[in-house]
Amino acid sequence: MTESVETMMRPVLEVSDLHVRFPASRNWLGRPTSHVHAVNGVNLTVRAGKSLGIVGESGCGKSTLAQAIIGLAPYEEGRVKIDGEDFQGAQGKQKRALRQKMQIVFQDPQSSLDRRLPVWRLISEPLHIRGGRSRAELHEKAEELAVAVGLRPEHLDRLPHEFSGGQRQRIAIARAISTDPELMVLDEPTSALDVSVQAQIINLLLKLQRERGLTYLLISHDVALVRHFCDDVAVMYLGQIVESGPADEVLRNPRHPYTQTLLAAAPSFESPLPDIAQVRAGELPNNRHLPDGCFYKQRCDRISGGCEAGQVLRRLSDSARHVRCHLAQA
Amino acid sequence: MMTTGTAEPRGQALAINNLSLEFPTFSGAVKALDDVSISVGKAEIVGIVGESGCGKSVTTMAATGLLPKGRYRVTGGTVRLFGHSTLSMDDSQLQDLRGKVVSTIFQEPMNALNPTIRIGRQLTDVIMRHEEVGPADARRIARDILADMLIGEPERVMNLYPFELSGGMRQRVLIAMAFSCNPGLIIADEPTTALDVTVQAVILRLIQNRARRTGTAVIFISHNVAVVSQLCDRLYVMYAGRIVEHGATRTVLETPQHPYTQALLRCLPERVAPKQELEAIPGAVPNLLQPPSGCYFQPRCKEAVEQCRSQTPQLTGADGQQVACWRRGVAVELPEQGGRR
Ligand SMILES: Nc1ncnc2c1ncn2[C@@H]1O[C@H](COP(=O)(O)OP(=O)(O)O)[C@@H](O)[C@H]1O
Ligand SMILES: Nc1ncnc2c1ncn2[C@@H]1O[C@H](COP(=O)(O)OP(=O)(O)O)[C@@H](O)[C@H]1O
Ligand code: SF4
Ligand code: SF4
Ligand SMILES: [Mg+2]
Ligand SMILES: [Mg+2]
Repeated sequence: MTESVETMMRPVLEVSDLHVRFPASRNWLGRPTSHVHAVNGVNLTVRAGKSLGIVGESGCGKSTLAQAIIGLAPYEEGRVKIDGEDFQGAQGKQKRALRQKMQIVFQDPQSSLDRRLPVWRLISEPLHIRGGRSRAELHEKAEELAVAVGLRPEHLDRLPHEFSGGQRQRIAIARAISTDPELMVLDEPTSALDVSVQAQIINLLLKLQRERGLTYLLISHDVALVRHFCDDVAVMYLGQIVESGPADEVLRNPRHPYTQTLLAAAPSFESPLPDIAQVRAGELPNNRHLPDGCFYKQRCDRISGGCEAGQVLRRLSDSARHVRCHLAQA
Repeated sequence: MMTTGTAEPRGQALAINNLSLEFPTFSGAVKALDDVSISVGKAEIVGIVGESGCGKSVTTMAATGLLPKGRYRVTGGTVRLFGHSTLSMDDSQLQDLRGKVVSTIFQEPMNALNPTIRIGRQLTDVIMRHEEVGPADARRIARDILADMLIGEPERVMNLYPFELSGGMRQRVLIAMAFSCNPGLIIADEPTTALDVTVQAVILRLIQNRARRTGTAVIFISHNVAVVSQLCDRLYVMYAGRIVEHGATRTVLETPQHPYTQALLRCLPERVAPKQELEAIPGAVPNLLQPPSGCYFQPRCKEAVEQCRSQTPQLTGADGQQVACWRRGVAVELPEQGGRR
């Protein structure tokens, strides 16, 4: 995805050929004998100040990809560059500096926030870890961040359980922006919230992006939300991107059979329930033994000669999007 | 068993009338339902929508006797389920109704299945409890109904334990179980909330197809208005334990009247241009230990007038669409409360 238009803006995140697997069983020496193949060759680029959405059904590797990007899941193959620098390969001071440039917000702020710490400590903790600030300075900074995310400064001494789910997500966001990151990874940030509160949080994230030029990677199962929030979208299936490109284009006129299925199934005010045959529901194939050929083969209704070969993500000649299917590429 | 009581309007599966209910707690009574009326015709698919905690589950659980005994108080109203007054029935009478007359599907199918018993046995047990059939016939019925739910190898699945199935499969087994005794009413309480959209779409279709074919009435509870719009003939919008609007699905969604319904639709990203600000609803649902006086939506409502603070609006309007709001329907003709906001 490094076309001339795209290089006009500096990429903040570049992922190339990323593979992440987890040991699934071990022999008596403790060596892994089989693996769960969670991410199987992902390439993506997110430009400064833009948002990339990742969609796909549960278990397809979205969270693992997010964790690998921010350094929480080690990988053996591929590369993740933040601001042009290799994070996993970095050492010492450089690594710490890179770590400050990216933050993550999870779905459930309840479990990601230490229940015993008052809100001002939670918000300023990443700055505290960075060091060099007095308690008074940290408190002052926390106040500033609280206001930026729409929390009341007089609530800073409360504990997280005294807040509603939406307010706790504001706390998580304040904490994430405390180090002035370039990249924010948002893993289903509003999935546990009611829609009226989701709207508040989405508005806040968009406002912070406008004000601070933040770059977002949004993981979501909500196609309508991704269409609203993101410039680009990548659709994942079994640890691979099967289609990517400008969000409105891909989501309006999907070209990969899986994206078409996903969109036909998404709840909609405009269309009636799809026919069962149209949805091609099925389970994700086992990710301990990856299938040969196209990963989507078992569920695809368009299967034809050529699908036995492994498919590559390739740019379509007539559009700005990439698709991993020989039929769409033809 | 399914004979209809004499006073019952024809074609009615469930009639909840003016039901009020509270949960006594240490800090006082949680007023979970206030004057809730819902009616479901035979063979009708009816949705209940609203954000979490607004009383969707409590309404249907109260109507089917599923709330924990001794933990709640009915402070008013009646329920008629195919002519049975469920509020005054004892446990064994209710047990008889469940499965045969009404069946509920919940969000988390794992809790509703016994983890130590194979799927087939659980299905045939339910069937044999309610139908006069022997084990062989029960097994055949079970197999057919699993096939109906698009479960590929019903025989194999019947020999599995619940944990050996994916979430989507378990949910389909539960729907099969719910339909297995041909109940007159199925209550589906957020049955697809934890599932992927592809599996969700299939399950909605299966429920719809089977309900239409067998004439089963369905109450579909969801916080997802788009899903309800695709499945339901009519819908009820709940807010803080009250019905604020109901009517034909198309009418309510295309011309919502109540300020809460309007706000609920406007805060969705579906209908807004990319990156534009969504119309969030300020504030949060009121605490039902001390609900505000008057209209419960008043603290968050842009249109509130003085009257909203002191008096509770009642549902008004024709049957096609009713709204509980002082500034809608007949009440709109009240003189503007000049500058009293
Ligand atoms: N720590 C882990 N150990 C083993 N397997 C894992 C681990 N984390 C994720 N997986 C597996 O990797 C696959 C992708 O999971 P995940 O990234 O969580 O998917 P998603 O976020 O898209 O739902 C799944 O099969 C999951 O079971
Ligand atoms: N056993 C209980 N004790 C006290 N309050 C309860 C109990 N069950 C439900 N409630 C309260 O009743 C209200 C309605 O809950 P519920 O019907 O579960 O909402 P919904 O299904 O719409 O999300 C909520 O405020 C909830 O906290
Ligand atoms: S390569 Fe073949 S199996 Fe794969 S998505 Fe395309 S048509 Fe379907
Ligand atoms: S009654 Fe008043 S406060 Fe309630 S919804 Fe109508 S206008 Fe708003
Ligand atoms: Mg995930
Ligand atoms: Mg509920």
